[in-house]
Amino acid sequence: MPDDKTFSGRRDFLRKTLAVIPAITVAGYGVATTAASQAAPTLQSPYRPRFFTSAEWAFVNAAVARLIPSDANGPGAVEAGVPEFIDRQLETAYGHGNLWYMQAPFAADAAPEFGHQLKLVPRDIYRIGIAALERWCQSQHGKVFAELEPAGQDDLLRQLEGGHLDLQDLPSALLFGQLWQNTREGFFADPIHGGNRGLVGWKLVGFPGARADFMDWVDRGEKYPFPPVSISGERG
Amino acid sequence: MATTLKPVNAVVVGFGWAGSILAKELTEAGLQVVALERGPHQDTYPDGAYPNTLDELTYNSRGKLFQDLSKSTVSIRHGIDGTALPYRQLSAFLPGNGVGGAGLHWSGVHFRIMPEELRLRSHYEERYGKGFIPEGMTIQDYGVSYEELEPHFDFAEKVFGTSGTAYKVKGQVVGDGNPFAPDRSDNFPLPALKDVYSAQLFRKAAEEVGMRPYAMPAANASGPWTNPYGVQMGPCNFCGFCSGYACYMYSKASPNLNILPALKQSELFELRVNSNVLRVNLDSDGKRATGVTYVDAQGREIVQPADLVIVSAFQFHNVHLMLLSGIGTPYDPRTGEGVVGKNFAYQNMATIKAFFDRDVHTNPFIGTGGGGVAVDDFNADNFDHGPLGFVGGSPFWVNQAGSKPIRGLTLPPGSPSWGSGWKQAAKDAYTHTLSMDAHGSNMSYRDNYLDLDPTYKDAYGQPLLRMTFDWKENEYKMTRYVTEQMRKIAEAMNPKAIAVHVKNFGEHFNTRAYQTTHLLGGAIMGSDPKTSAVNRYLQSWDVHNVFVIGASAFPQGTGYNPTGLVAALAYWSAKAIREQYLKNPGPLVQA
Repeated sequence: MPDDKTFSGRRDFLRKTLAVIPAITVAGYGVATTAASQAAPTLQSPYRPRFFTSAEWAFVNAAVARLIPSDANGPGAVEAGVPEFIDRQLETAYGHGNLWYMQAPFAADAAPEFGHQLKLVPRDIYRIGIAALERWCQSQHGKVFAELEPAGQDDLLRQLEGGHLDLQDLPSALLFGQLWQNTREGFFADPIHGGNRGLVGWKLVGFPGARADFMDWVDRGEKYPFPPVSISGERG
Repeated sequence: MATTLKPVNAVVVGFGWAGSILAKELTEAGLQVVALERGPHQDTYPDGAYPNTLDELTYNSRGKLFQDLSKSTVSIRHGIDGTALPYRQLSAFLPGNGVGGAGLHWSGVHFRIMPEELRLRSHYEERYGKGFIPEGMTIQDYGVSYEELEPHFDFAEKVFGTSGTAYKVKGQVVGDGNPFAPDRSDNFPLPALKDVYSAQLFRKAAEEVGMRPYAMPAANASGPWTNPYGVQMGPCNFCGFCSGYACYMYSKASPNLNILPALKQSELFELRVNSNVLRVNLDSDGKRATGVTYVDAQGREIVQPADLVIVSAFQFHNVHLMLLSGIGTPYDPRTGEGVVGKNFAYQNMATIKAFFDRDVHTNPFIGTGGGGVAVDDFNADNFDHGPLGFVGGSPFWVNQAGSKPIRGLTLPPGSPSWGSGWKQAAKDAYTHTLSMDAHGSNMSYRDNYLDLDPTYKDAYGQPLLRMTFDWKENEYKMTRYVTEQMRKIAEAMNPKAIAVHVKNFGEHFNTRAYQTTHLLGGAIMGSDPKTSAVNRYLQSWDVHNVFVIGASAFPQGTGYNPTGLVAALAYWSAKAIREQYLKNPGPLVQA
């Protein structure tokens, strides 16, 4: 994999974090949040997750690092702040499912053309989904997701994506779809939402962000030369 | 207990394009008008102000300006024996919410209509014979002609500040516009917008394969414009934040920008927001409306008596309100009788993405909502349908409205779906890809219709509207044929890869994929009260002081976007109210 250069640093971080977590997660979510905040400075970020427990936080950090890795093409999802983005989104109306029509009855067996028909909102999908996946991971590998080798993590994510894991509590593709959608959002959304730090997502693809004035460039068919800017005026 | 307010001359339900046009026309006629909008106040400032509006996540992904589904949605099923399920998340269609309605967040594509599409059944029967229209296809004539609507198309373009290139004005060829377009009484208010580079590639390739490209008519101003109401627009700078956003440049036409500032000057006009209309109230014999009942922000039920009720919400809300109010006979697909809910139709889209090498810079973030280059060679009845055996057609276009990386990033077929391979593909593709659409028509059918859902309710305890809808044989044939024609244009551009997104035979309506917000019909206009809900002036056949304005009046779909026709029909109906109805209230057409 092309992300060898950065892999070991983050892996060390995750190992260290995980060494602290298990003793504390049993004490409950509130305390676990404190544990994550203690570990946070190693991530070069003071962010304290508000929704995720430290065990969930470790999973999200490890998973998004595989979905958009740091590699020769630049920083990945963790460096872009995607975990923070997702945690913050889960505290919004979106995370609570308040943008959706959520009246019963729910039809779990609906054909896919009818879209989301489960009772689960994004917060549920993460909370229930990560717990179910970690249970599966423990039973198969005796380790949590973040402790697996990168190849094993990728393999698991592929199975999740294909809907091939029987997680009992929810369809595995639902967890993957939620995570991958939010990962891309966090990589490409304006940094005001907590992700896309340093405008790294926009720099990767060549999106100029909030420049929003192309009067002189309309019909040129040339490479657009200016770096991106964000809503708050940050330049990439 | 409901509070009953002082009567007014007219109440307007829903304040998008149709509602704002009717409110303007009726206040000009001296009527005291109250407009009821279920959503909040919103306007260019602050809701569309720079730089906060340049936020793809908030506006497009989370749908800040779109309908709040948590309060009300529709249910959907594929056939009359199925169980409908709610449309829980915004995806296939994106209706608006709040002042301006979908007219605040639309793109700006501003077409008229091909004259023969206004008399579609008659036209096909005359050209191809009665047996050509398949069993179960319930297409009809509108009951109004292009010549009758032309002055209203013209005026609406002046109100919207529409940019474009005419072909024929008063019978004379005046420019290199769409050679299939019908005659115009005047030129476009503004010259066409510049072609973005992707549109230049499309124009050249279309010419190479023998088609006739033209600049799309766009309600995005190519220069400064002052409309007939004295409202000023500024030139579009191709920022690419049109569809899903309010235009910070004051360049994209909206009810908020182009009509409301003038309407606010009138003491006869009042706009009440957060006012969700539950029903139109009828007198004891059900022949006359007495006003409406709505719920305000505090949850109080309020009765607003009025002499005239204009139902001008989004297409399916109009139909919903008629069903909830008992105006007209609900349609029954088993007998084919009844009219309210009949002929629900949509848009039948196909898309081709063309992927180029890194030396071709399509810069998809540069765009304007309504602008682009189109061809009409396979739209409407501009080509011989005889040997093809289907009804309908499609314009093709590059309408680069500004695609942003969360929702607008498409990778070539076979690209990894995540990981380092995805990252490399995203880097290689984003600024080197263009997209073209076949914006196909969708015909109406006996069993595609709207009624009330038996199970699901909205936040006001009222049954949801239920859509029974699926694609039919004719629709697969049409979209697959026209997409093969469009593929010729894509291939003539010599891209390194293309991806063709077109429906397969038998594929069901997929509520998860965006298919446009061009939902049509259900309260259709026509010449016969047995087969239409409103007459040619959009007046209810059953309750003469109710007019139902919007795309709900279209008896079937068209290849073009609906807003231009919605606006022209709104002015046409307003003229009939002003010149005929107010002098002698009663049915304008005898049943």
